[in-house]
Amino acid sequence: MANTYTLISSQTLASTAASVTFSTIPSTYTDLCLKASIRTNDASTSSYFRMTINGDSGTNYGNRRLTGTGSAASSGNNSGQVWINAVYVASNGDTANTFGSTEIYIPSYNSTASKPMNIFTTEENNATASNIQLQAGLYIGTSAITSTTLLNVGSTLFLAGSSFYLYGIKNS
Amino acid sequence: MALFNLKKGTTMTEAPTAVEVNCETGEVTTRPLTAEEIAANEAAAAQTAANRAAAEAEAAAVAAAKESAQAKLAALGLSADEIAALSK
Repeated sequence: MANTYTLISSQTLASTAASVTFSTIPSTYTDLCLKASIRTNDASTSSYFRMTINGDSGTNYGNRRLTGTGSAASSGNNSGQVWINAVYVASNGDTANTFGSTEIYIPSYNSTASKPMNIFTTEENNATASNIQLQAGLYIGTSAITSTTLLNVGSTLFLAGSSFYLYGIKNS
Repeated sequence: MALFNLKKGTTMTEAPTAVEVNCETGEVTTRPLTAEEIAANEAAAAQTAANRAAAEAEAAAVAAAKESAQAKLAALGLSADEIAALSK
């Protein structure tokens, strides 16, 4: 069990951005944990972001997911995707000035094996419907993870004030 | 492509930007998205819309099946409390 969290780097957006990348991630940790507080300029309630590893745009990503809307639950899966589809963050259709919480935990990121990850995302909306999702994500790549990028979809942008924190974890 | 250092307060453009944080140096750079990146974002929008529709369809199917099952149970004579107890 991990017992140390060290902040590798962080970024709070001063203005809108379509993507945020953490590059040159050191290999000196056992696991990675990315925590983020995100709101987008999408006019609807809830919106999406996605994630790529090492700039890989191949069909090397998949997920199994559980989703709760506040009144119904569902599950699904995707394979052969070109990104991790880490859905549900707050957007401009949600309660004003709220940001959705996200946590992505990547164990053994230096491994030469495929990289599983836990992804927990929330919409945060003071309304009957507000989405929450848990994903078992998978990146099929044999290189150590040295960069990760969170990207919006379409013309949606991360709003100013969205914050991103990358932690390294050592198990000793 | 020109890179701008946020720490120096460089004026941002109106175009969608990509922000990169170098974990080794701490340097933060921002640049306009390339045409290829913009195209990828548009493709992602279509894909995520499809994924969202599929997820919503899954949820609707589950809700419809649940409602149908509850109606059948009620027709068999179960009370509302008894039907609710089955799902606890």
